[in-house]
Amino acid sequence: MTSLLETRGLTMRFGGLTAVDDCNLGIREGELFGLIGPNGAGKTTVFNMLTGVYTPSQGSVSFAGRDLRGLGPVRVARLGVSRTFQNIRLFDELSVLENAMTGAHQHAHCRLFDSLLRTGRHHREEARQREIAYRLLAFLGLEDRAGLPARSLPYGHRRKLEIARALATQPRLLCLDEPAAGMNSGEKAELAGLIRRIRDELKVTVLLIEHDMRLVLGICERIQVLDYGKTIALGTPREVQQDRKVIEAYLGAEA
Amino acid sequence: MLRALGILCLGLAGAFGLHLVVSNAVPPYPALIVNMCGISIILAISLNVINGLTGQFSLGHAGFMAIGAYVSAYFTTTLRYFDPDAARYISEAPLFDGLWGFPPALLAGGIAAALAGLIVGIPTLRLKGDYLAIATLGFGEIVSILLSNFRAVGGTKGLTSIPGYADTFWIYGSAATCLILTGFLQRSTFGRALIAVRENELAAEVMGINAARMKITAFVYGAFFAGVAGGLFGHLMLTISPANFGYMKSVEVVVMLVLGGLGSSTGAVVGALILTVLPEALRDVERQVELSGFRMALYALLLVVMMLFRPQGIFGQRELSLKLLRRLLPSRDKPGRQP
Ligand SMILES: Nc1ncnc2c1ncn2[C@@H]1O[C@H](COP(=O)(O)OP(=O)(O)OP(=O)(O)O)[C@@H](O)[C@H]1O
Ligand SMILES: [Mg+2]
Repeated sequence: MTSLLETRGLTMRFGGLTAVDDCNLGIREGELFGLIGPNGAGKTTVFNMLTGVYTPSQGSVSFAGRDLRGLGPVRVARLGVSRTFQNIRLFDELSVLENAMTGAHQHAHCRLFDSLLRTGRHHREEARQREIAYRLLAFLGLEDRAGLPARSLPYGHRRKLEIARALATQPRLLCLDEPAAGMNSGEKAELAGLIRRIRDELKVTVLLIEHDMRLVLGICERIQVLDYGKTIALGTPREVQQDRKVIEAYLGAEA
Repeated sequence: MLRALGILCLGLAGAFGLHLVVSNAVPPYPALIVNMCGISIILAISLNVINGLTGQFSLGHAGFMAIGAYVSAYFTTTLRYFDPDAARYISEAPLFDGLWGFPPALLAGGIAAALAGLIVGIPTLRLKGDYLAIATLGFGEIVSILLSNFRAVGGTKGLTSIPGYADTFWIYGSAATCLILTGFLQRSTFGRALIAVRENELAAEVMGINAARMKITAFVYGAFFAGVAGGLFGHLMLTISPANFGYMKSVEVVVMLVLGGLGSSTGAVVGALILTVLPEALRDVERQVELSGFRMALYALLLVVMMLFRPQGIFGQRELSLKLLRRLLPSRDKPGRQP
């Protein structure tokens, strides 16, 4: 079976520090894949390379058979890779609805001229974006907050809004960077269900970074473990849980 | 679209009404101030698209204004200059003669400025914040130096005997058009994209919004209307020289935005009105208290007070609307918004 996303020898160096070292990922279409590891293991750096934010020092990234290296975030987004951020990056002064709508901007069927003269194409585009945004806000349970400014949302809702915005780009692969961080256990359980539904109902492949082990082990089909930039394990939740190197890495990190 | 054209026509009709009042019932000096206000409004709204919505710090608005002023005047004015080779004065008839030549001349000024905006927009892809401010400041100064050395447009003396086509109708018609179109821009997918770039450039790009293209769009749009404002200015003052478009002019427009609230078009209008009327009003006070410089001091004081008590400007990023007015009136049960 061929992978939707595949990396070969992906490496990122910052000066003398090798944050990600020779990372091979293979994520299948429709999979719910976990990427875990102790703090500073290089997980976010992998996301940054996958989404075109960083150009890898070495190695290749291919998505649906296309080479993503050096494309930059805008073109990668247009090819169908979207993400959320570990440190939330919403457009605070826009409303919740408008935040979700910005995700749909890249597929706009209207030109600046249309918007300045309010042509039919402008109105159709607004309606299209609003429809997508409302549908996703409803999916994430945020529809009754649509008119509020994003900055007024409580923390857990901010994380969900980031997911809605990312989904509005209509991605094939959604990368979630610690979506449960800062949530209470009730919110986490709800989030687990949502992530499953994103894969099952919206048919989006999910790559999940998460520190909450119960969440990751509970919903991912396969998990890859990084430590100091290197892959130390890959397998099903059960296999990974029993892996000696993984236990050591985590115990070492906590000791 | 019909509704949009209706709104634009309403704006033009309003400008015409104002024109009738000003030309029939207002003495020349206050009428000049009213007209200057209209030009300031265009400058402030258009700069707000660059600095307010898109979050770029441009200090080059006077440069765009100068280009618009010179290009449009170039088309409407009989040019007289000394040709050293022929050892005599040359006189060139205007390309666009008569009042009907004025709108195309204005448009040409706007387009020329927009082209300059395209060129200036490119460095914004690499420069941020203060560095961009310095680069755009440099652009304004370059324009002014080039004009000073260009004999065909009068060098440092500038152009004189520009026909006085810019009346209250043209000025406020342009201002209304600028305000309405910018309002449409703000409430569109492009407006949201501009704000997204301002709020978080990285997130905007990851959402597939081409930040570079949005910034250039903002510069081209803002420069176009600054050019139109320049064209109106020339045809109102009848003479222009590079000194009219120094960096202080750019600073003045930035201060209008800061005063009104960066990011709000209606705030820009209020800032423009205050900063155009106040110096004139203070001129009289200055004469009475016989204290020269009093005006400038008060002006500076106003800014300091503003920064201390309301750094987000009078309106913040909000637009003046009926909804906002209702909220500002003694409220019954609505929770206040966080600043
Ligand atoms: N832009 C950068 N410049 C220099 N060093 C960086 C940069 N980004 C990340 N690093 C370093 O790379 C290493 C991996 O960081 P990364 O953020 O990818 O870890 P992580 O696995 O996401 O950790 P966490 O669980 O804490 O989020 C860290 O040592 C970090 O300090
Ligand atoms: Mg991280």
